[in-house]
Amino acid sequence: MSAHGTSIAHEEAHHHGHHDDHHDDHHHEDNFWTKYVFSQDHKMIAKQFLITAVFMGVVAMLLSIFFRLQLAWPGQGFAISEFFLGKKWAPDGVLDANMYLALVTIHGTLMVFFVLTGGLSGTFSNLLIPLQLGARDMASGFLNMLSYWFFAASSLIMFLSLFIETGPASAGWTIYPPLSALEEAIPGSGLGMTMWLISMALFVAGSLLGSINYIVTVINLRTKGMKMTRMPLTIWAFFITAILGVLSFPVLLSAVLLLIFDRSFGTSFYLSDIFIGGQALEQTGGSPVLYEHLFWFLGHPEVYIVLLPALGITSEVISTMSRKPIFGYRAMVGSILAIGFLSFIVWGHHMFITGMNPFLGSVFVFTTLLIAIPSAVKAFNYLTTLWKGNLIFSPAMLFAIGLVSTFVTGGVTGIILADSALDINVHDTYFVVAHFHIVMGASAIFGMFCGVYHWFPRLFGRMMNNRLGYFHFWVTFISVFGVFFPMHFLGMAGVPRRYYSNEAIDLFAGMNDINVLITFFAIAGALAQLVFLYNFFYSIFRGKQASQNPWNSNTLEWTAPVKHLHGNWPGALPVVHRWPYDYSKPGKEKDFVPQTVPLDPGEEDH
Amino acid sequence: MQSFLIYSAIILGIIAFARVIKVYELANALRGNKDEQVTDSDNKFNAKMMLAFVIAFFAFCIYQIIAYGKYVLPESASEHGVDIDNLMNFNLIIITIVFVLVNIILFWFAFKYYFRKGNRATYFAHSTKLELIWTIVPAIVLAVIIIYGLMTWNKIMTPVPENEAVVIELYAKQFDWTARYAGDDKKLGNTNYKLISDVNPLALDTTDSHSLDDKLVRGEFHIPVGKRVLFKFRSRDVIHSAYMPHFRAQMNCVPGMETQFHFVPTITTAEMRTKLGKPEFDYILVCNKICGQTHYNMQMKIVVESESQYNTWLASQPKFKADPQPAASDSLKTVKNSVAPVQPVSLW
Repeated sequence: MSAHGTSIAHEEAHHHGHHDDHHDDHHHEDNFWTKYVFSQDHKMIAKQFLITAVFMGVVAMLLSIFFRLQLAWPGQGFAISEFFLGKKWAPDGVLDANMYLALVTIHGTLMVFFVLTGGLSGTFSNLLIPLQLGARDMASGFLNMLSYWFFAASSLIMFLSLFIETGPASAGWTIYPPLSALEEAIPGSGLGMTMWLISMALFVAGSLLGSINYIVTVINLRTKGMKMTRMPLTIWAFFITAILGVLSFPVLLSAVLLLIFDRSFGTSFYLSDIFIGGQALEQTGGSPVLYEHLFWFLGHPEVYIVLLPALGITSEVISTMSRKPIFGYRAMVGSILAIGFLSFIVWGHHMFITGMNPFLGSVFVFTTLLIAIPSAVKAFNYLTTLWKGNLIFSPAMLFAIGLVSTFVTGGVTGIILADSALDINVHDTYFVVAHFHIVMGASAIFGMFCGVYHWFPRLFGRMMNNRLGYFHFWVTFISVFGVFFPMHFLGMAGVPRRYYSNEAIDLFAGMNDINVLITFFAIAGALAQLVFLYNFFYSIFRGKQASQNPWNSNTLEWTAPVKHLHGNWPGALPVVHRWPYDYSKPGKEKDFVPQTVPLDPGEEDH
Repeated sequence: MQSFLIYSAIILGIIAFARVIKVYELANALRGNKDEQVTDSDNKFNAKMMLAFVIAFFAFCIYQIIAYGKYVLPESASEHGVDIDNLMNFNLIIITIVFVLVNIILFWFAFKYYFRKGNRATYFAHSTKLELIWTIVPAIVLAVIIIYGLMTWNKIMTPVPENEAVVIELYAKQFDWTARYAGDDKKLGNTNYKLISDVNPLALDTTDSHSLDDKLVRGEFHIPVGKRVLFKFRSRDVIHSAYMPHFRAQMNCVPGMETQFHFVPTITTAEMRTKLGKPEFDYILVCNKICGQTHYNMQMKIVVESESQYNTWLASQPKFKADPQPAASDSLKTVKNSVAPVQPVSLW
């Protein structure tokens, strides 16, 4: 971070090639507010997203520990629960049943939206889109700043909802009405749900501002020679992710708005024939199934909004650290496009047994299972990239390999859930919890860690400690399978998710040894994150100084100086002559050829 | 004082940890690993860990199959349940093969190809043939999975006419179930949610003569073995889900609409008790959609018995009009959480 960064007028950032003289422009000192808080610089905004997401991730993880303790030892008191949740929600350290549902709800919401959507896409789209494309900044720095501040406001409201008297939203992260619409049904559907809805509305606004910016930047601000077919896979993933976000998040907003109407203004979009709290409600004619359709029309693309950036990041890292071109670049791009397209026509697989017409269910079975094809292509292409490589195990590389394992291990169980006949029996059981935590949760968070370790030198100009990174990876990786693999067995035994305790039902009461094992790994995994947090914050200030291109990488972000400056490159923008994956190309002296190196006479572009 | 000591210990611990790391880093710098970000020994260590991991991972999976396999898929007690289990096993075999192969290949490659100085990776950017293979082979396997799956699904979900089945209504509310059987007229009466009251908990329309002889049952409900049972589901307040794990049956109960599911039970409760060697065994209906505070304890016992036993039991149940208080056999568990349910008015 430069103490006296050179500023350029942002509108000028659009005109490539006219920048040789920008040093003559108005020099001015950034003050604290313009530099760290109301920054319009994509690199600073990336850091803001990342730090916010790390905070939300810590909260979300801590919440999960409280409910894991309850699940393993139901009814027992834990000092740590009482310390954090207080006497009201954990009297004598025993978690309250309503608070249990609230914790589950907020854990899911924070992880899915704030860590893996805002955090993952927000951080790395912001950091890498301009840097890897050779742009001075995002198309609109101002919109970009707004996008973060909507995200920050939404994070704040969601976080504060944990502290109100009636408790935060507790209807599950999918907030199906009528449970989420009626305060009489559960206390968390009072003020807590109002805050949840306001927070999500702001989140959607922020996400749209960000996504539109990403799309425009990718289309318009590529540097000379950066054809679409020469873009790194990270950019392809962020680009398609942004398009998915723009198309699906407004639908979530509409679902949220209609729910606000039902809750506050007496409409009946989702409510019909309800008798609660001793009286019959006036509303008739609405349908909760409508909400489910609207929610999952976002909800399913959301899975890929979370996953695609992780796949993009790991494609890039696996190629770089294997010192090999990514295998099947075009097939990888094609898979991203196919997954993105299909993700819009599969939402009904969340609704096989909601009373939706079974024939419609069949259609969704078909479209859903089609997604397995591009996913399989991606997995096999990863494997072939590793084959006969020269693998350097940086912590980022370890997380990338971890992602391939979780992506496949969690992905195959999706085949069972997509099969409507099988879904009858495992729907809403721990089988689902196991499936999506491994394929989406673990894979995406691995992608995020991978990105943090790999681009830490680009973000903060310093290196993270590798050995701590190894410890962090191995304990996290083992814990992920230790936590989520046994859940398949619970699910196939019929144990429903979101149960405060399994003791009440004889059929499930005998299986608690599994829950003890899961909680043991959950705590181990949580402790490993402390090592990461330490490494992360320590390295920001005290880490080893980074060299310009520490991983010997081909992409453009490593041609910019280590010290951040407005406009990214001090002189002219780099010009691109080749694709980003010329690693170990025969006939070249070094095992990498940066994108800025012109083709030799007679040399073929990939 | 105690918490002050705890906080101090944590802070001192972090500082000590930071010092140790710093010393370690300085020592490394002195040894001269300046240029490389990742040392040879790091690469070797992680390569070995990859191999160790995959072995331990599969050992862990096998351990779980041995230790927890007994819980999985309790014997199915319905006709279509057997079809679902066959389909499940078919799918499980396919995905286990993929899971094992891919993980072995992944970690084997990671172990085998770790960085060695002087080695150079093979420049292998694409191969149309390979990519076609792993597009087409999964496509064929998935086609089989889709066709087999949809055949089973259609068989299960094809509606049955009401006169060919025993019709039972399951009514969900926070946090219990009520079953409703038709009386001698074999027809369930109409309902209107505005009529709910202490004496009319299921909102039966008393002007409809069909509802007068309906029978409301709580605590446990009975179904005849070998007969098709058609369930109709309603909900009073929020979405619930009627999940009967032994029968591989599940359907959401949605306020404002009626949903249905049908199956043929094949094993009576008594037979299942003998089979399992558990005299206290009972089939259950549980709620499987988050519905509020005591969601985890919203259950009802199911008794499967011979048709004649079933008829005798049903005949002994009081009619709605004759006796508004249904005979609730009190097998409901007491709620373990001492906090009272949220709902201010208890209607039962």
